[in-house]
Amino acid sequence: MTTRLRRSWPAVGLLLVLVWLIVYPIALVLLEGLRGPDGWGLHYVRIFLERPTEWSALWGSLWISLASVALSAAIGLPLAFLFARYDFPGVRVLGTVVALPAVLPPLVGVLAFLFLYGETGFVSLLLQKVFGLQEAPWRLQGAGAVLLVHAYSMYVYFYLFTRAALASLDASLLEAAASLGARKWRAVRRVVLPQLYPAIGGAALLTFMTSLGSFSAPYIFGGGFRVMTTQIVATRLNGDNELAMVETISLTLLALLALAVLRGTHAPDTPAGGRKGVAPARVVIRSRKARLGLAGLAWGLAALLLLPHLTLLLVSFVPAGTWTVEPVPPVYTLGNYVTLLHDPVRARPLVNSLWLATAATAVAVAVSIAAGVLSVRRRVRGGRVIEALLALPWAVPGTVFAIAIATAFSVNAPWAGRVILVGTIWILPLAYLVRNLPITSRAVLAGFRGLDPSLDEAAASLGAGRARALRRVTLPLLRPALLAGASLAFVTAFGDFVTSIMLYTYDTRPVSLEILSSLRQADVGVAAAYGVVLMLVSAAVFAVGADSGSAG
Amino acid sequence: MSAFLRLEGLVKRFDAVLAVNEVSLSLERGEMLALLGPSGSGKTTTLRLLAGFESPDAGRVIVDGEDVTRVEPVARRFGMVFQHYALFPHLDVGENVAFGLESAGVRGDELHTRVARALGLVDLAGYERRRVGQLSGGQQQRVALARALAPEPRVLLLDEPLSNLDPTLRERTRREIRELIRRVGITTVLVTHEQDEAFDLGDRVAVLRSGRLEQVGTPEELYSAPANRFVGGFVGRSSTLDVIVVHAGPDATRVNIEGVEWTVETAPGVPPPAAGAAVMLVRPESLRVTAPGAGALTATVTARRFVGPSALLTLRTERGTLVEAAAPPAAARVGEVVGVLLSRRNGAGVHLFQGEQA
Repeated sequence: MTTRLRRSWPAVGLLLVLVWLIVYPIALVLLEGLRGPDGWGLHYVRIFLERPTEWSALWGSLWISLASVALSAAIGLPLAFLFARYDFPGVRVLGTVVALPAVLPPLVGVLAFLFLYGETGFVSLLLQKVFGLQEAPWRLQGAGAVLLVHAYSMYVYFYLFTRAALASLDASLLEAAASLGARKWRAVRRVVLPQLYPAIGGAALLTFMTSLGSFSAPYIFGGGFRVMTTQIVATRLNGDNELAMVETISLTLLALLALAVLRGTHAPDTPAGGRKGVAPARVVIRSRKARLGLAGLAWGLAALLLLPHLTLLLVSFVPAGTWTVEPVPPVYTLGNYVTLLHDPVRARPLVNSLWLATAATAVAVAVSIAAGVLSVRRRVRGGRVIEALLALPWAVPGTVFAIAIATAFSVNAPWAGRVILVGTIWILPLAYLVRNLPITSRAVLAGFRGLDPSLDEAAASLGAGRARALRRVTLPLLRPALLAGASLAFVTAFGDFVTSIMLYTYDTRPVSLEILSSLRQADVGVAAAYGVVLMLVSAAVFAVGADSGSAG
Repeated sequence: MSAFLRLEGLVKRFDAVLAVNEVSLSLERGEMLALLGPSGSGKTTTLRLLAGFESPDAGRVIVDGEDVTRVEPVARRFGMVFQHYALFPHLDVGENVAFGLESAGVRGDELHTRVARALGLVDLAGYERRRVGQLSGGQQQRVALARALAPEPRVLLLDEPLSNLDPTLRERTRREIRELIRRVGITTVLVTHEQDEAFDLGDRVAVLRSGRLEQVGTPEELYSAPANRFVGGFVGRSSTLDVIVVHAGPDATRVNIEGVEWTVETAPGVPPPAAGAAVMLVRPESLRVTAPGAGALTATVTARRFVGPSALLTLRTERGTLVEAAAPPAAARVGEVVGVLLSRRNGAGVHLFQGEQA
């Protein structure tokens, strides 16, 4: 059946809202960047182009992102093969542990690395003591440190995507290859790898974009090493507003260029439930030595990967001022957690992050459902544009959106669709919402696509109106997709640092900002306790999302 | 007697494709009509126009004197059984069947009674709390039927009701559906691409091709008096041969086929054809196989297939035309050269069409 496009006023309304929230702020940034001290002109563009520091920041963003992709792939791909294809003691538990870096929000991961490998970190001190060194064996600073954090948190994309693709591989394809006389390596090269390309391409794209927009790691560990996200914030703090706009434009262009180049490798999502056949059986390792060796290696690896989590937990029990020169903290109490819950000033950021993330996620889910109904179900005119707009914020680094929203909503000009929200409590939920839209809409739209349209028609033929069909049929069936999208979005917003640092007000200061200020006041215990809370909430929400995904 | 359900000049266009082209049909109350046609013939679109899932570019749908062309599916009170059943997977069997009743405002004890009655109708009494996913294909189909019938719709629509079932289950299910619908006495339209199904289930059968209604009639009418070569070829087994009409009389027509002359009985009520080129459609049972000789078409047996008590022979004439003929199993072997003749009483099994090419 051919696509028929219908005109629809709700679709026009949604389209306008999305243009206003997503396209308009970015367009304003573009315009601001093209304004010189005396009217329109390329004045600031010229300044940008003439400064070597700008070029080196742009280059830094590009190469660190490419290096993050390479390093993450080098770690994630072998792990995916190991855990999807082989069977050894503990393979199931370890398979989950390997994905756990995902429960650390970016800033929390950075914090944990600081406690572990920083100048006074556990590992550094341990090595210093063992080898009798005068000072720490390394300094956790510069591009290397950033790359380390990136690889630790982003190999998970390669690992999860590739593992899922391997698990959904149809065993009969391998058998077919074997029956056609293909030897093992040829079967892998000609049959297995081509089927993994979409997953690997998707992971590469996701890693590249995440790393291009990464802010926490370069902000804390960068030192002299500048990338564009930190450069933008520094320029803005200097008061060079227009130059910050030009920098923002350059980063946006780099992101869009990367998206255009990498898009070719990123195949469309496989339809939900499109999996056929049986996954190939795991290779059982028979040799006892090999089994033990592999298991030992895997457990060692798991310990290494869990060190940041454990460190965070350990430090969170250390009361302020009790840990000075000892290699291991001497005192442990629950004091920091009590402070978090009982001190109204300390509890406030938790409450803030909670309601900000909940509100932004709820609205994002509602918008995604509306988009799904209009674009997938009713196939309205402009549905494709709505979907493209929803996906757009994903391609644009968080810093860029923070600047764009700060620009758009710092002027009172209602006739131009601009009101002052900067400095009010509404700016952060709005920013979180925009950043959440691609995450929720991706899951929800895929959910809508996976629904059999005749279920809706069946409801209609049984006399159920649109509202009842949505409530009784569509939404219950979409539950897994809704939960998956909402949980991912909630976790992102709950731990957000990159947009918050530019837009927060004292009344809406989120957990991430409180972590930063605790750290600056050398209050590491409280910072770690906040980190643990973020980590646990993320883990719990992920567990809910994953559980509903497998049940649906 | 006026018709209960009328389709008047329905037209549906998808971009450049005319999916349904001026289709008019009418059904008596309680009648069962089968829409038969190959894929792309417009039969499913016609059904969706009836259900209200598509709205026609022209034409009307009238049920019981009420024009429902612009009535939303929600308010149309047409029950539908979908090809893949479209049972709600998150609801159990009872909740599925209750769904339409709840839309109509039925609550409490009456709801339970009517759900139980609908399930009893399809022989699934007591299945209320079963999960849909635990049922076999045949049971799912019966739940879909019960769900569609429970709100007592005015018209029942069935989209390829048997296509999702095991071939071994099909015949039994067909019988069950037929009996159930007769018992309920509901006006029914069903879509199928299987002639067997259409003939078995439909009181009348409407044959569609490329969006056009080619012919509508009882199975007997379609078989013995196809309106054109397409209907004749689509309904039952047949072969087509290019012939030249030599002489057309009121009782018999003489045709020349590959140099051999045959006499064809003129069916009663059919006007005799004009002299000239024609296409002859012939059923296997209207041909017989003998030794090659005068008056017989010489052909080679290329395949032999046993169908019950007789064999179906595929024959290749000297000019390469393939013809199917029914014969006793021992009549000929593959590779043998035989003569082909028309049966003596051939009126119902031979049709001449002019103005169409083979």
